[in-house]
Amino acid sequence: MNLIIGAFTIGLILSLLSLGMLISFRMIKFTDITVDGSITLGASLSAVLIMAGWSPWLAIAMAFLAGSMAGAITGILHTKFKIQEILAGILMMTALYSINLRIMGRSNIPLLDTKTVSEGTKNLLLQSAEGGKNILILGWPVPVSDLAFFITSLAFCIILAIVLTRFLLTHFGTALRATGNNPQMVRAQGVNNNTMVVFSLALSNGLVALSGALLAQYQGFADVQMGIGMMVWGLASIIIGEALVGKSGIGITITGAILGTILFRLLIAIALRWGLNPNDLKLVTALFVFVALVAPYFFKSFSKKFLRGSNHA
Amino acid sequence: MLKIQGLTKTFFPNTVNEVKALRNIDLTIKEGSFTAVIGTNGSGKSTLLNAIAGTFIPDSGSIVLDNNQIDQWPEYKRATLIGRVFQNPFAGTAAEMSIAENIVMAMKRGESRPLTMAVTKKVKDEIADRVRMLKMGLEDRLDNPIGTLSGGQRQALTLLMATWLKPKLLLLDEHTAALDPKSAAKIAELTRQIIDQDKLTALMVTHSMQQAVDLPDRIVMMHRGQIVDDFQDEAKKRVRTHDLIDTFDRVQKRELFDESVAKLLLAQYC
Repeated sequence: MNLIIGAFTIGLILSLLSLGMLISFRMIKFTDITVDGSITLGASLSAVLIMAGWSPWLAIAMAFLAGSMAGAITGILHTKFKIQEILAGILMMTALYSINLRIMGRSNIPLLDTKTVSEGTKNLLLQSAEGGKNILILGWPVPVSDLAFFITSLAFCIILAIVLTRFLLTHFGTALRATGNNPQMVRAQGVNNNTMVVFSLALSNGLVALSGALLAQYQGFADVQMGIGMMVWGLASIIIGEALVGKSGIGITITGAILGTILFRLLIAIALRWGLNPNDLKLVTALFVFVALVAPYFFKSFSKKFLRGSNHA
Repeated sequence: MLKIQGLTKTFFPNTVNEVKALRNIDLTIKEGSFTAVIGTNGSGKSTLLNAIAGTFIPDSGSIVLDNNQIDQWPEYKRATLIGRVFQNPFAGTAAEMSIAENIVMAMKRGESRPLTMAVTKKVKDEIADRVRMLKMGLEDRLDNPIGTLSGGQRQALTLLMATWLKPKLLLLDEHTAALDPKSAAKIAELTRQIIDQDKLTALMVTHSMQQAVDLPDRIVMMHRGQIVDDFQDEAKKRVRTHDLIDTFDRVQKRELFDESVAKLLLAQYC
């Protein structure tokens, strides 16, 4: 049970990463690699601030802002300085590696016995558990602190999903989505598509950094290496989500991204339990994304061949 | 009113590929008039339209539209005054978004886009009313992605979108050229209808001599980046397609003549 709650919690936290990447990869169609750096930025900044005695809520708010700035810079590198999108992302990600080391002053910061954003929920639960450290769920004892973090991240996830869905359906959000679809049309309708790209990347990386900040609080540490491969991870989650529920409509796409992230995390928890070497995890993820990207074309050409054959008959 | 003075644009200057696309163009278009621009391939007619729309900034010259000097404005800012329909039927709409969402974009052309719900029930009814006018049955499919429609249907919607908020100038860039003959005729008719109804000022580039004779009130002919002929009022009413083709031939012959004379003179004096 602990394992499942843990996997769900990490899944929920990382679904903020997926939601962020949904904006860059799917809405404005920008292959943004800044993600790998901005998730660590969120984690390291919030860890440092918490160690300095800041409230965990203020810390994640600052993480969001810092992530937004990183995203905006990637956007400006691309739109103002005409650097290819991948290269703009790589430049920012590389710069962030040093920035993160600077922020932390060393390569990792442990957060032991510090307050987290789930503090309030934990106190509420402790009251209802009447002083006990565990709560029974389906007959299994679950530590109150784990359950509290699970509930908090669930609340985060639901609120952000609703806000994001509403936002994307506004006039401004419609223009944002159209920017990825047809920039020419967007300009002809009087919208500066470059501003839209910068804004979207800021929002996207803000969410990613927020995810990183929560992850650091949950795991109890921030590490300069923790962002490596996160972009592929998020992409895998988005692809799973699309396979699960399709992409007809904003609400469905967003729900899909969240479900996809949780499912992907569960799959990984199971695979690790079955004895998958954690060192192979990123290779397996990369292979998975490769298969997911190639499979649709493979099936299409396969069915084409099949149809052609039947036409001859 | 649109007033263009001394408009010049050279692509790839000082290279072997140098193209003098626009050479000192002067053109004034009266409020509420519908002008067609015709010309051979590479005559600069599309370049002229793009210069007005703001796809690029001209080398020199001024463009004044409705008392705004717009020649240095970025493309998106010019969209506050200008509605556009492109040659490519897919260029004017966002394929993955629904018909309603596309039109909602046009309902706020050049205005600020607030954080309020875009496609509400009320907006949808308003859209359905105007889409019904196209007589294509699209009013029942407002939630379908626009990419599922045919080129003709998409072009009709683009035209509707470009004129949803009355533009100071409507730019039509060979907007029927990529359609099948039947759709092209329908779009041409729709164009005339909308322009008459809203008394729009419009500038249309076309390849079709027939269209140039049938639709507008004025025909401007371009060749090699210059305006070589201009049929207005009475002259426009009298003009027929073969007159236009004759004029083309004359322009081209004069050019051949000029070139051969130049060669002769060069041979004699150099």
